[in-house]
Amino acid sequence: MKYRTPLARVRGLGSARSGSHHWWMQRLTAIALVPLSVWFVASLLMVVTADHATAIQWLRSPLVAILCSALIVALFYHAQLGIQVVIEDYVHAESAKLVSIVLVKLVSLLLAAACLFAVLSIAFAN
Amino acid sequence: MPMEKSQRPLSPHLQIYRPQLTSVLSITHRATGVALVFGTLLLVYWLLAAASGADAYASAQALLGSWLGRVVLLGFSFALFFHLCNGVRHLFWDAGLGFELKTVYASGHAVIIVSVLLTVAAWAVAYAMRGGA
Repeated sequence: MKYRTPLARVRGLGSARSGSHHWWMQRLTAIALVPLSVWFVASLLMVVTADHATAIQWLRSPLVAILCSALIVALFYHAQLGIQVVIEDYVHAESAKLVSIVLVKLVSLLLAAACLFAVLSIAFAN
Repeated sequence: MPMEKSQRPLSPHLQIYRPQLTSVLSITHRATGVALVFGTLLLVYWLLAAASGADAYASAQALLGSWLGRVVLLGFSFALFFHLCNGVRHLFWDAGLGFELKTVYASGHAVIIVSVLLTVAAWAVAYAMRGGA
């Protein structure tokens, strides 16, 4: 530890330059996903075997739309953090690692936006 | 940068070790996590189909309800329940709980049993809702 500068020590950000933020957000989203995913799967079992009108009616309720949006945000945040760790573990070439992590993050953002758009367009459709 | 082959001894490779419940569940957690990312694409598809209208929704339902779709969904649901249960196990470890060897094995067995039971229960409910078809 004595090789670290006092500034590095007081910042506490480590070699990843982000401290424990990644770890913390993965746990935070995990905790959020426990009730959200149980609720979502349980509700989906009631809805998924029915027709389009039933699904729309379910998605249109404000509580469902809010919880679905929360699920989507937590899910994609959690997923891209997890895939980032897998890439960091198995992809060793620095450039390929950087490119794949950036791609995973951007694609996750895009897919989350698509899901949110779908949920909100159903919720706000008249 | 020229990389000279290191002459230092290596620790045995992973395949040398006899698989243990702990290591198998650990890699399964990662594998199910990666699988769930691909499964999430089905969620994206399903939501977009629902938002697009009755026709798109009907074809999404037909695809997901097909023989192949159901097999994929069966795998997806087990991966989800396993990752969920083992994730809760990880959260307990993060809180500093359950590190005794006996507890680690007991919670590991519990994760397998509960995730299988949840998968069976979910499919039983889905088929019951559908009216046995």
